[in-house]
Amino acid sequence: MPKDEYQSRDFRIVGTRPVRPDGIDKVTGKARYGADMTAPGMLWGAILRSPHAHARIKSIDTSAAEAMKGVKAVITRADFTYQPESASLADVLDNCMAGEKARYDGHAVAAVAATSKSIARAALKAIKVDYGVLPHVTDVDEAMKPDAPVIEAGRVQENVPEGYSENVTGRSQYGHGDPEAGFEKADLVIERHFTTAATHQGYIEPNACLAQLGADGQGEIWVCTQGHYMVRNTCAGVLGLDAGMLRVTASEIGGGFGGKTHVWMEPTALVLSRKAGKPVKLVLSRDEVFRATGPTASSSIDVKIGMKKDGSITGATATYRLQAGAYPGSIAFLSAMCGFAPYDLKHVRTEGYEVMTNRPKAAAYRAPGAPMAAYPVESVIDELCQKLDLDPLETRLKNAAREGTKASYGPTYPAIGLEATLKAAQSHPHWIAPLGENQGRGVACGFWFNFGGDTCVSLMVNPDGTVSLSEGNPDIGGSRASMSMMAAEELGVDLDQVRTVIADTASLGQNEVTDGSRVTFAVGLATIKAARHAIQIMKERAAMTWGIDPEAVDWRDGAAHPAGPNAGKFPPMTIKEIAAIASNTGGPIAGHHEVTAEGAGVSFATHMVDTETDPETGQVKVLRYTVFQDAGKAVHPDYVEGQFQGGAAQGIGWAINEEYIYGEDGRLQNPGFLDYRIPVASDLPMIEPVILEIPNPGHPYGVRGVGETSIVPPLAAIANAVSRSSNVRLTSLPMSPPKVLAAMKGT
Amino acid sequence: MSQIHVITTINGDETEFLCEAQETLLDVLRDHLDLTGSKEGCGTGDCGACSVIVDGRLVCACLMLAGEAEGRSVETIEGMADGDDLHPLQQKFLEMAALQCGVCTPGILVATKNLLERNPNPTEEEVRYWLAGNLCRCTGYDKIIRAVMDTAADMRGAA
Amino acid sequence: MVTVRLWGSLGDLAGKTEVEIPATTLRELLQGLEETYPALKPQLERGVSVSIDGKIYNDSWSTPIREDSEVVLLNRLVGG
Ligand code: FES
Ligand code: FES
Repeated sequence: MPKDEYQSRDFRIVGTRPVRPDGIDKVTGKARYGADMTAPGMLWGAILRSPHAHARIKSIDTSAAEAMKGVKAVITRADFTYQPESASLADVLDNCMAGEKARYDGHAVAAVAATSKSIARAALKAIKVDYGVLPHVTDVDEAMKPDAPVIEAGRVQENVPEGYSENVTGRSQYGHGDPEAGFEKADLVIERHFTTAATHQGYIEPNACLAQLGADGQGEIWVCTQGHYMVRNTCAGVLGLDAGMLRVTASEIGGGFGGKTHVWMEPTALVLSRKAGKPVKLVLSRDEVFRATGPTASSSIDVKIGMKKDGSITGATATYRLQAGAYPGSIAFLSAMCGFAPYDLKHVRTEGYEVMTNRPKAAAYRAPGAPMAAYPVESVIDELCQKLDLDPLETRLKNAAREGTKASYGPTYPAIGLEATLKAAQSHPHWIAPLGENQGRGVACGFWFNFGGDTCVSLMVNPDGTVSLSEGNPDIGGSRASMSMMAAEELGVDLDQVRTVIADTASLGQNEVTDGSRVTFAVGLATIKAARHAIQIMKERAAMTWGIDPEAVDWRDGAAHPAGPNAGKFPPMTIKEIAAIASNTGGPIAGHHEVTAEGAGVSFATHMVDTETDPETGQVKVLRYTVFQDAGKAVHPDYVEGQFQGGAAQGIGWAINEEYIYGEDGRLQNPGFLDYRIPVASDLPMIEPVILEIPNPGHPYGVRGVGETSIVPPLAAIANAVSRSSNVRLTSLPMSPPKVLAAMKGT
Repeated sequence: MSQIHVITTINGDETEFLCEAQETLLDVLRDHLDLTGSKEGCGTGDCGACSVIVDGRLVCACLMLAGEAEGRSVETIEGMADGDDLHPLQQKFLEMAALQCGVCTPGILVATKNLLERNPNPTEEEVRYWLAGNLCRCTGYDKIIRAVMDTAADMRGAA
Repeated sequence: MVTVRLWGSLGDLAGKTEVEIPATTLRELLQGLEETYPALKPQLERGVSVSIDGKIYNDSWSTPIREDSEVVLLNRLVGG
């Protein structure tokens, strides 16, 4: 039997591009997403939200709303009678329904359930909230000042130095060596300040759920989420319910990118349902999605790098200040870990500050913390290359982390793929293609960790020999196809013999959310092991039938074979034949595997982009884009390419268009797709994906997570292209036309 | 609340419904007729997830009042395949992996079907501009554009 | 004894960036850290990830650690 570790092998199915099993439902409109489900007697929920960035809630009068025909329940924080035990669950509760004060524009303050959408909306208007408006702060640098309005006192961790506002809740610092001594050795040192705007994950499907909760504490939720186990556990923790009494089913999910790894309104739907005694459907509007579900952090950053004339980096420091929104955050430490991770540095120090502001609670967004970490670092390296007349790819190669390098965040790297991506970039025709007037070419590298985590998979061999696979991770981008492929590969059966479903929380053990690019890695690992478990049972059944020792049975091509001439002369028994007599040989056959997957393996990418800047308007157009990334082993190359392309497109949006714009009044000015402009088809060129396969030693097929790294390099790659084409260094995202124009005019 | 009585044709079938005056065509399709293939990504005409064809014209169902459907012919994603036979665009989207989460897919398929009916030989740029009102956050559009161009070529070859 | 490297701000609390802990598993390591360096307790309670010979572990208590293993403490990782 093959080992857990990677073994080189020829694949039959893995690495091919079959049509995904859930595809037909999705192209015909049959697939059911979060808002597509109904229940008998269902009510419509709606949420009233604060128009103020920061305000004490003096009183809420719901009587007029309650008296309206068709209104079945009105709730406020008073209806959440349970006080969660942990601070983080208490934060989730307070974010779902404001307690003493509203902490940001869009913070939920009350909710209703009614017999129609229009009645629910009318009822919201009838609720009277008396607010005492407080001073607010939405900018990260302002929020750090000692005299800034404090969002919540008493949340400062022991690692924060004196002299800051209590909004600064956490600090982390990484690195080694003596950067100051390193700078002494440099021929050129560049220090710059950068800012990035908050951007939203921008999934096209707004958050939605259908919930039912009885007085007996038993409940059901249908929800679009990246983790239905997380929804179950969080709702139970927030409302004081037993997790086992809640059954959560994941709908098809219309994008998440980290934004659906949190709970935003499911407890609200449950409490409405309990009060009304009916199922309640709660669907957020796009406006609510922008105002109240997690964007990523905005940031303020200082980076300083010293370089010798030969391109070697002698010292580097970075300070990352990330605004986490209205609750204590935890993203800046990831920036501090990721910023210099691609490089082999003797002297490096990074710092990250977590800062509260009057904005919605920041959420994970694809490789959280890493894009804003790489952007300033890769920008300054590019500027050093320009000023020292060095080749940007050669210089990165010269400093590249490789096997044995001590990473800037501490550990020594095993085999990694950064050099391979840089070399692939060097030898790609894109690198030497001619550029026209006002055009520039930028490159940048990116790094991300990838994760494992709690994972359960069950694999049932049905009486007819077909296979049903249950896994517990919502399928965001084709993972059911990948799981079926890995199971079929391992079992030696045709792909169409395996069907993968996403089980509800009552049907399979705990699963970590679909995040950290974990699914193909961790669920794939568990799928392979579950298949091996089933194979072991089938070998035993064949051995029993033949009257030989199970050790003397081999499994290949979907059948049990006697291991050698000594084992006896029997014709092979196929999976179908073994399944047909399962009742006679010991009962139904099922394999399963439960694991906390560890050792996911880090991932690197290099991106290359050509842009053209319009000297009249400052508008930046992306002309050509190439992604070079290590996938370990691409199980379904189409979906690996799709992850590369999708991440790059989101990074392009972050670089050029997307930003949360707050007014003086602390209100979000652009909560809609018209003014918060994500890239549309006519904004983008084709995005060429180059998949490199440097096997992950910790996975039997060599698989690495691929979902997140692709959003890390684009910010700097584009900034470098634009800076080179316009001959000015841009240090603030997004590079919107007015900013670019002002920079070019030197104003 | 008094309701409006509407008679219309949806995917070739005569359909009657009652709706409130302020309800959109998308509300009625999704909430009253259980045609949930059309999605609501924004409700303001900015995402194209609700794209349907009304009397041959591509519209955002979230911007059209349901009452306005009286006497018209509405085509939705649910009417795109002919029984088990997928439309060539649907088939090609599957083969070329032009969808990830798939929530934008119904709108994009309806919109591109309408494009190819008007212009069987679009350039890449024409496809990109035609789809500029249909947001996709997962794919970066690359595989979508390729699938549309490829389908157009196939359909021209077959015609 | 296992040598454990702490990240900078954690090292500030422990008074040094490298500490020695008698441990043969991840669990013993975490318990040993908390007992020897009580100042680290709040962070250990919030959670850490541990890199052992270049592989990152979050939870598995029984993960073996050798005397010569490279052990590096990290903030607990989260993804999107
Ligand atoms: S829902 Fe109609 S355009 Fe977005
Ligand atoms: S495939 Fe997810 S939005 Fe297009």
